[in-house]
Amino acid sequence: MQTNDHILQAIRIEKTFPGTRALDKVDFHLRRGEVHALLGENGAGKSTLIKCLTGAYRRDGGAILLDDAEVDPRDTFEAQTLGIGTVYQEVNLLANLTVAENLFLGRQPRRFGMVDVSAMNRRAQELLADYELDIDVTRDLASYSVAIQQVVAIARAVDLSGKVLILDEPTASLDAHEVAMLFRIVRRLKARGLGIIFVTHFLEQVYEVSDRITVLRNGQLVGTRETANLDRRELIAMMIGRELAAEIHAPRAQAQEGPLRYRFRNYGRKGRVRPFDLDVRAGEVVGMAGLLGSGRTETAELLFGAHRADSGEAEIDGRAVDLSSPRAAIRHRFGFCPEDRKTSGIIGDLSVRENIVLALQARRGWTRPIARADQNRLADHYIRALDIRTADREKPIKLLSGGNQQKAILARWLATEPEFLILDEPTRGIDVGAHAEIVKLIEALREKGLSLIVVSSEIEELVAYSTRIIVLRDRAHVAELDGNRITAHQIVEAIAATNERRTS
Amino acid sequence: MIATIRLYFNRLLPQLIALGVIIVAVSLVFPGFLNLEIQNDRLYGSLIDILNRGAPVVLLAIGMTVVIATKGIDLSVGAVMAICGATAAACITSGHSVAATLLITLAVGILCGLWNGVLVAVLDIQPIIATLVLMVAGRGIAQLITEGAILTFNDPGLAFIGSGSFAGLPMPVVIWLVFGVLIAMLVRRTALGMLIEAIGVNRQASTLSGVLTPVLLIAAYVLSGLCAAIAGIIAAADIRGADANNAGLWLELDAILSVVVGGTSLLGGRFSIAASVLGAIIIQAINTGILLSGFPPEFNLIIKAAIIVFILVLQSPRFRTAFSFLVPARGASKPSERAAK
Amino acid sequence: MKIAKALASATILAACTLGSASAADLVVGFSQIGSESGWRAAETTLTKQQAEQRGIDLKFADAQQKQENQIKAIRSFIAQGVNAILVAPVVATGWDEVLQEAKDAEIPVILLDRTVDASKDLYLTAVTSDLVHEGNVAGKWLVDATAGKPCNVVELQGTTGSSPAIDRKKGFEQALSGHDNLKIVRSQTGDFTRTKGKEVMESFLKAEDGGKNICALYAHNDDMAVGAIQAIKEAGLKPGKDILVVSIDAVPDIFQAMAAGEANATVELTPNMAGPAFDALAAYQKDGTAPPKWIQTESKLYTQADEPLKVYEEKKGLGY
Repeated sequence: MQTNDHILQAIRIEKTFPGTRALDKVDFHLRRGEVHALLGENGAGKSTLIKCLTGAYRRDGGAILLDDAEVDPRDTFEAQTLGIGTVYQEVNLLANLTVAENLFLGRQPRRFGMVDVSAMNRRAQELLADYELDIDVTRDLASYSVAIQQVVAIARAVDLSGKVLILDEPTASLDAHEVAMLFRIVRRLKARGLGIIFVTHFLEQVYEVSDRITVLRNGQLVGTRETANLDRRELIAMMIGRELAAEIHAPRAQAQEGPLRYRFRNYGRKGRVRPFDLDVRAGEVVGMAGLLGSGRTETAELLFGAHRADSGEAEIDGRAVDLSSPRAAIRHRFGFCPEDRKTSGIIGDLSVRENIVLALQARRGWTRPIARADQNRLADHYIRALDIRTADREKPIKLLSGGNQQKAILARWLATEPEFLILDEPTRGIDVGAHAEIVKLIEALREKGLSLIVVSSEIEELVAYSTRIIVLRDRAHVAELDGNRITAHQIVEAIAATNERRTS
Repeated sequence: MIATIRLYFNRLLPQLIALGVIIVAVSLVFPGFLNLEIQNDRLYGSLIDILNRGAPVVLLAIGMTVVIATKGIDLSVGAVMAICGATAAACITSGHSVAATLLITLAVGILCGLWNGVLVAVLDIQPIIATLVLMVAGRGIAQLITEGAILTFNDPGLAFIGSGSFAGLPMPVVIWLVFGVLIAMLVRRTALGMLIEAIGVNRQASTLSGVLTPVLLIAAYVLSGLCAAIAGIIAAADIRGADANNAGLWLELDAILSVVVGGTSLLGGRFSIAASVLGAIIIQAINTGILLSGFPPEFNLIIKAAIIVFILVLQSPRFRTAFSFLVPARGASKPSERAAK
Repeated sequence: MKIAKALASATILAACTLGSASAADLVVGFSQIGSESGWRAAETTLTKQQAEQRGIDLKFADAQQKQENQIKAIRSFIAQGVNAILVAPVVATGWDEVLQEAKDAEIPVILLDRTVDASKDLYLTAVTSDLVHEGNVAGKWLVDATAGKPCNVVELQGTTGSSPAIDRKKGFEQALSGHDNLKIVRSQTGDFTRTKGKEVMESFLKAEDGGKNICALYAHNDDMAVGAIQAIKEAGLKPGKDILVVSIDAVPDIFQAMAAGEANATVELTPNMAGPAFDALAAYQKDGTAPPKWIQTESKLYTQADEPLKVYEEKKGLGY
C-alpha cells in the first residue's frame, strides 16, 4: 500500500456510547482524487465515524492521519481549518445572509478595518463560477433552491478546507436534474485531487459516482471494495450480513410445527403496509427480512395493534378477534418489543422492577395492584433467569446497558405469559454476549410452543432461528421462504431482485 | 416497613427542613407565631391560619401533582375555582339545598377536568395550550354566572365549609387533610401511581405496554378539576360570596410552585402528593409570615420570591452535590481541632 | 349575506338621517371599559337609566378591557354622527389621535370616572370622584367617632401601587394628622378582594394581641371590609363595636353589614357619573356654556343612621 496515495486515514477508530459500541476498531482509508462511498444500514456507524473524523465526537481510541500527519480535531471548526470540510443534508449555513456573506463568513475581505463588500461580492462571483453557478451573490441564501444552497455550502467547504470533502446524504432532497449537476461538481473536485467521502442510501448513485465503497455494519468494518468489482447483490449482502450464515444455519433445530393458531387475511393499513396474508403456527418463528423502510416494522406494529389495520381480518384458533389496540392484542396474549428501545420500550426513570411488572399490571387494571412482594419476586426471577445485569431491582432502567434494557423489556412480556411474541430488532445495538443470549431465548421460547415474529436486519441471525422467512420490499410482503430455502443467499437474492426491479 | 418509612421521610426531608426554617425565622420576627389557644371550641393561632389559608392551594396542588406526573400541566385550576365558586353561590341563592349545591358544583369541576382531559388525551393538544383555553375562558364563564358582581349568600350550611370547625380544626383543614389522605391512598394503594408515573416518563412505551393511557390522562385532569371545585367551594364559603374576578386568581401558579417546591419534576414521572402538600404549606407559611412581620406591602412579593429561590437552590442537584462535598470538608478542619493541635 | 349587509347599512343610514332630522333627540355614544367589577356594572346600569330618563338615545359599547376596542367604538360613534361621546378610559395614554378626530367632527367628549393624559382642549369635561377626598371623608368620620380617645387603626390597602390605594391612603392620613390619639399601627395590602381582606385581617388580629390592640379598621374598599368583618367575628370580637369599621365605595353588601351593626361607615364612590355628565352636556348643547374641565362627584358619607337597609334595597338592583 502506498501511503502517500492516501489523503486521509482513520485507523482503528473506537467509540462507545452508554450501552452500545458504536464503532469497533474501524479502519477507513481515503485516497487523493477519489469518491469513496460510505454505506451501511441505520445504526451501522456511518454518522458516528464521520462525526469522529470531523471532531463533532471525541473518539475513544484510534488515530486519524491527514496527509500522513496525525491530527486530532477537537471540533468541526478545527477540522475545517485542517482541511476536512463537511456538507450535511440540512444545509448548515445562515439562510438570512447573502450568498457572498455565507461564503466568506468569519473571513470577509477587509479594507480600513471594515468589511469590503464589493471585493467580497466579486470574489464570491469568481468562486462560484468554478461551480458553473452564475447567480446574484448579493441575494439572501434563502431565496435559492436547496440544490444551489448545497453547492454554495460545498464551495465554502472546499474553499476553506481543500483536502477532504464529506458529503452526508447531500442528494436526499434533490431532483434528478439537480443530482446530475451535483455529480458534475463532485467529479470536477475529484479531478482537482480532493478526497470525497459520500454517504447515501441510494445505491444507484453509489454506482454512478463512487470509485470505492466501504461498508459498516453494527459499528464494525465489513470491508472496502472497488465499486467496479462489487455487484449489487454482493453489496447488499455486505450491508445486511451473510458471511456467517452458512455455519450458523447448519445446526438449526428442526421445527416441531404445532397447530395453526394465528391467521391474518388481507391485513394492512394504507400508507404503512400493503394488505398481506399471514399464518403462524404454535412453536414457529417467522422472520421478517427486508431493507430499511420495506414495511417490516410497520407489519410488526400492525400485528400488535400499535396502528389499527384498515383492511382484513385476524383470527386466533379459528375465531375472529379484534386487534385494534395494544390492549386488545395483550388481552389475546400478544407481546411486542419495539424497534426503538429508548422511545417506545423502556420507562427510563422507573426501576427495573417497575419496568418488568408494567405490562402485567396494565393488563390486571389499576384496581388490582400486584403486591410489592410479588413484584419483587417477579423481578428477581427474571433478573436471574435472563441474567439482567443490574446492581438491584430498584435501579432506574435508563442506567442499564442496552442489552440489559432489552432483556428487561423481554421480561416485561414474559411476565404476562404471552403466546404470540413480536420482536422488532431485538438484538440491535447490544453487545455480543447479550446478543447470543437473546438468540438462545428466542429458540427456547419457540420450543415451549410460543409463536414468534422476529424482525431483524441481521440475515444470519434470521437464518439461525427462523422456521419461515417473509421478505418485504416497498411496504409489501413479496416472498416467503421455508425449509431448505431459508439461506442467507436466498434471502439476499429475494431482497436484491426486488431492489433491481426498483432501480430499473 | 421501617425501610419504607425511612425512604418516605428522606423524600420529604428537604421540604420539612425548609418549613422548619421558615417557622423558626418568622417566630424570631414575631414571637407570638407559635401560640396556640382554644377559642370557641377550635384551635386558634397563626399556625392554624397557615393550614387554613393554605387550603385552596393545597387542594389545587394535589390535583396539579398528578397532572404534572403525567408530564402535563393544568393552568385552568384558578379559573375553575372561580367557575365552581360562582356555581355554588348561584345554586344556594336560587334555593337549592347544601347537598345539591355541593353535588352540582363538584360535577361542574369534574366537567371542566373532563374538557381539559379530552383536549389533552384524545385531541392530543399540548397540555399548556389545552388548559390555557379554560384558563382564559373560565373567568368569563364565572362572570356570566355571577353577572359580574360578587354573588353573596348567607346559607349557614355552605358557610360552615369555609369557616366552621370540626374536631377543633377549621373545616378547610379537615377537608384537605381527609381528601389528601384519600387521594394519596388511592394512587399508592392501587397501581394508579405507578401507571401514572409510567405515562409521564414515556407515554408511547406505556401505551405499547397496554397501559390505558387516554383514560388515565383524562382521570388526572378530572381529579385536578375536582380539586379545583373543592377549593372553589372553600374560597366562596370563606367569604360567603363568589367573586368571579378574583377567586383563584393566579392560584394556578402557586399550585405549580407548590409542586415544584415539593420536588416533583415538571418533566413528569416520580411524584409525591405529601411533598406537594408540604410545598403549598411552605408557600402559605411565607405569605402569613410576611403579613405578620409588618413589612410595608411593597416588599411582599420580593421577600416571597427571594425565599422561594432560596428553597429551589437548596433543592437543585448541583447545590446538593456541592453541599454534600462541603459538609465533610468543613468537619475535617474544625478550628477547635486545629487549635488543639 | 350580501343582502343582509346592505339591509343593515341601510338601516344605519336611515337611523342616522332620522337622528339628525329630529334635533331634539340627543344621540350619545358610551364606550364602557367592561364589567370587571360590580361597581362598573352599576355604572353601566345607572348610565342607561339616566339616559332613558332624559330621553337620550344611548349607544353602548363594551370594550372588554381593551383600549383598541374603545378607539374603534369612538371612531364608529363619530362615523354615525352622534351628538356626544362618553368614555370611561381603560388607560390614561394614547388618546390624542382619536380625541382629535372627535374634535374635528365637532362632537364633544366627556370622560367618566377616570382622566387621560391628553390636552384639555380635546375633551369637554371629565366627571370623576376625588380619591384623596374620599380617604379624607373616611378619616374625618373616624376622627369624629373616636372624639379624642386613643385608638389604634389598622389599614387594608388596595392593590399596591394602584392610584386608588395611593390616594385613599393619602387622604386618610391627611385627615388623621394633628389627631395624636389616632395611630395607624398596621397597614398591608388586601388587593381589593374579600379573600385577601379576610386573610390579612386575620394576621392583624394575631399580630395585635388577638385584636385587643385594635380599635378601628380602615379599608380602601368595602369588599375588603366585608372579608375583614368575617375575620373579626371568627376571632370572637364584635365588628362595629369592638373594632370600628370604615371603608369606601358604598357597595350594597356593606349596607347589610351596617344594618347588622357590623360596619360603621362607608364613603360613596357614586356610580352615577352619567347624571352630572348629561347635565353638563344639556347646558352645553342649549347655549354653549362650557362646563369646568373637572366635575367632581359627591363623596357622600353613609353611617348606620342613614337607614342602611333602605339604601341596600335601592342599590341592589343596580347590578353591583
